[in-house]
Amino acid sequence: MQSTPMRDEFAALSDVLAIAGAVIGLLLGITLAMLAADEVMGFHAVLFAAASAAALVFLVGNAFGTGSLAGPNYQPEVRFYADNVIKAGVVATVFWGIAGFVVGDVIAWQLAFPALNLDLPWTSFGRLRPLHTSAVIFAFGGNALIATSFYVVQRTSRARLAGRWSPWFVFWGYNLFIVIAATGYVLGVTQSKEYAEPEWYADLWLTVVWVVYLLVFLGTLSRRKEPHIYVANWFYLAFIVTVAMLHIVNNLAWPVSFTGSKSVILYAGVQDAMTQWWYGHNAVGFFLTAGFLGMMYYFIPKRADRPVYSYKLSIVHFWSLIFLYIWAGPHHLHYTALPDWAQTLGMTFSIMLWMPSWGGMINGLMTLSGAWDKLRTDPVMRFLVVSVAFYGMSTFEGPLMSIRAVNSLSHYTDWTIGHVHSGALGWVAMISFGAMYCLTPWLWRRPSLYSMRLVEWHFWISTLGILLYITAMWVSGITQGLMWRAYDALGFLQYSFVETVEAMHPYYVIRAIGGLLFVAGSLIMAFNLWMTARRTVAEAGEAELGGAQPMPAE
Amino acid sequence: MKLSHAVFEKHSLVLLIGILIVVAVGGLVEIAPLFWLSSTVEKVQGMRPYTPLELAGRDIYLREGCYNCHSQMIRALRDEVERYGHYSLAAESMYDHPFQWGSKRTGPDLARVGGKYSDEWHLAHLVDPRSVVPESIMPGYPFLAARKLEAGDIAERLKADRAVGVPYTDEMIAKAKADLEAQAVAESGGAAELAQRYPKAVVRSFDGDPEKLTELDALIAYLQVLGTLVDFTKFDAAGPNLR
Repeated sequence: MQSTPMRDEFAALSDVLAIAGAVIGLLLGITLAMLAADEVMGFHAVLFAAASAAALVFLVGNAFGTGSLAGPNYQPEVRFYADNVIKAGVVATVFWGIAGFVVGDVIAWQLAFPALNLDLPWTSFGRLRPLHTSAVIFAFGGNALIATSFYVVQRTSRARLAGRWSPWFVFWGYNLFIVIAATGYVLGVTQSKEYAEPEWYADLWLTVVWVVYLLVFLGTLSRRKEPHIYVANWFYLAFIVTVAMLHIVNNLAWPVSFTGSKSVILYAGVQDAMTQWWYGHNAVGFFLTAGFLGMMYYFIPKRADRPVYSYKLSIVHFWSLIFLYIWAGPHHLHYTALPDWAQTLGMTFSIMLWMPSWGGMINGLMTLSGAWDKLRTDPVMRFLVVSVAFYGMSTFEGPLMSIRAVNSLSHYTDWTIGHVHSGALGWVAMISFGAMYCLTPWLWRRPSLYSMRLVEWHFWISTLGILLYITAMWVSGITQGLMWRAYDALGFLQYSFVETVEAMHPYYVIRAIGGLLFVAGSLIMAFNLWMTARRTVAEAGEAELGGAQPMPAE
Repeated sequence: MKLSHAVFEKHSLVLLIGILIVVAVGGLVEIAPLFWLSSTVEKVQGMRPYTPLELAGRDIYLREGCYNCHSQMIRALRDEVERYGHYSLAAESMYDHPFQWGSKRTGPDLARVGGKYSDEWHLAHLVDPRSVVPESIMPGYPFLAARKLEAGDIAERLKADRAVGVPYTDEMIAKAKADLEAQAVAESGGAAELAQRYPKAVVRSFDGDPEKLTELDALIAYLQVLGTLVDFTKFDAAGPNLR
């Protein structure tokens, strides 16, 4: 690209705005740090100020170092696509993935051997469990989604990411949110709403980051050179927009003090329960499903070198999925004080949701028509395809569990935990692994991965881990559900609660072993990707200047 | 008429607006009515806002993430009603910002744990769960007994609750600090006033040490009030229970 006066002016303006933003952040951080009403707020304000200062130092150094503020000396980007921010996203995805899996396995062992809680506030299950869920959903999953969406929207639009610093702001701002949320949990700062635990100030920060994310995404779409918006981008856009809506509505809160970390949620009781599970189930529906379906619609056709199976099916899949998902929340509240009509709606829509879910699964799997042999020859393809198979399995299990009669047994038990993990480990993590295995050689311009044999090992070890995990949770969940409702011959409840806890022990051990296998697999992946990225032989592969070929828009 | 999807594929803002409309419907239909329907906003005799000490205890319950393993929602199922007591009413969590219904029972439901065990049992159980329930897998919380209750901002805390709709009066807020101390120190003399402001409030040293006001005092005060406010010997699901 040529350096033109327009581009120079744009770059200079971007630099000035970014520097101004960093100064505002720094001042805000310092002010809050001085006024902080409690220690955690003080700590987070210092963290925020430090992050702003680091950004400021970098931006100023960059502006004067490359002279972009000085107009004519500005060196335009060498590459057409903005890929460095995606590289950072790949690193963050792998890092947070391992962190989240390790914490998950630690708390799995804690349930088997409670002494591992150490009787300390910062290491007890109640504080570590949100750390685990946030680390895997928001840190691992979120970074994977941001990185892949930035990659996909550029390639399928044949346009560079909008904004000079905005994509970097999205990346660092989002990861700062993760660090604030995670340290907050360990230090006892939480709203206590599942998957929405971060306190009001972290929520506000995430809102700012998310709006910029939406603008970057829309801005990139608007400068596309393809006439059509590719299907993967519909899903990414639905994920970004809907998560913004869910996040804002569910987290409306009143701070006890504007310099303190504690707030109270706007809603109470039954209204709060419904709002929370409207949010909670759609964190699954839009964060963990729609976003990752965007991943599926790009990486599977790309890797298989085949077009998406059915264009019509993808239209029906898209609209029916996003319309139906949003209704499913009340199935988390069967037989509670939520009115029956709302429970019935939640159950009905959850069952209907089975159809678009399987429509999407079929569209993903059938994309392999004519290329089924790749399942045998390409272990990365196997990750992508098996993830879709797990998606099909857990989207069948979900509607089943939403049926009131089934739910009366499964609710409050480990069956739910097993169901979530067949989705989270089998679908979300495996498709992300597949995407990372694709992206690393593409981004670092390597002809191939360091080792396909290690991908094979990763695949089998993590699949074995998942199977141990979910089968153990099926058995423990159904066992405990049946024990809670068992009556003896005289019509009394047969088991005390703690007898049902005791019965869980062997399954908790098996689950923790399964988790350990999954962690081991992710370490193998990290090694493989690291070796791929650092290997110096960069032969001309598909990733020549301009990256992979753009997909046709259907 | 031939329907075409192209309009959504060629205009990102049309796609954006289309998505927003489609995803807004479900939430509007399911959530909005709950703010008006009588079954979800009815008041039941006996319900009152938490006392300052109970509220401070509730904040500790939230802080330690107890909701990760304990539900507070007894479903209308035979075995649950027999195991835990009367099924939970919507009104029983009307002052819970946020709700604590939970989603998992790694430990038992706590919606009606109030009064089921003695303070001494709770003290021993929270400090070392396996000293009273050998098979328990609950973490121990010995540090709660050692930590002084930090409640300097309790009046502000009540004000925040009032801002979101909990009916704390000016008097309750003005006396918040005094009420908090009165509830855990039986001889302080404020007990009668406290009981007037908060009917059924139990006044005693919950952690067995009247000298010190600890986090354990607050947490046990909260646990002991759970599910005790509505008198189910008089409650009639079909009758006039409204205040």
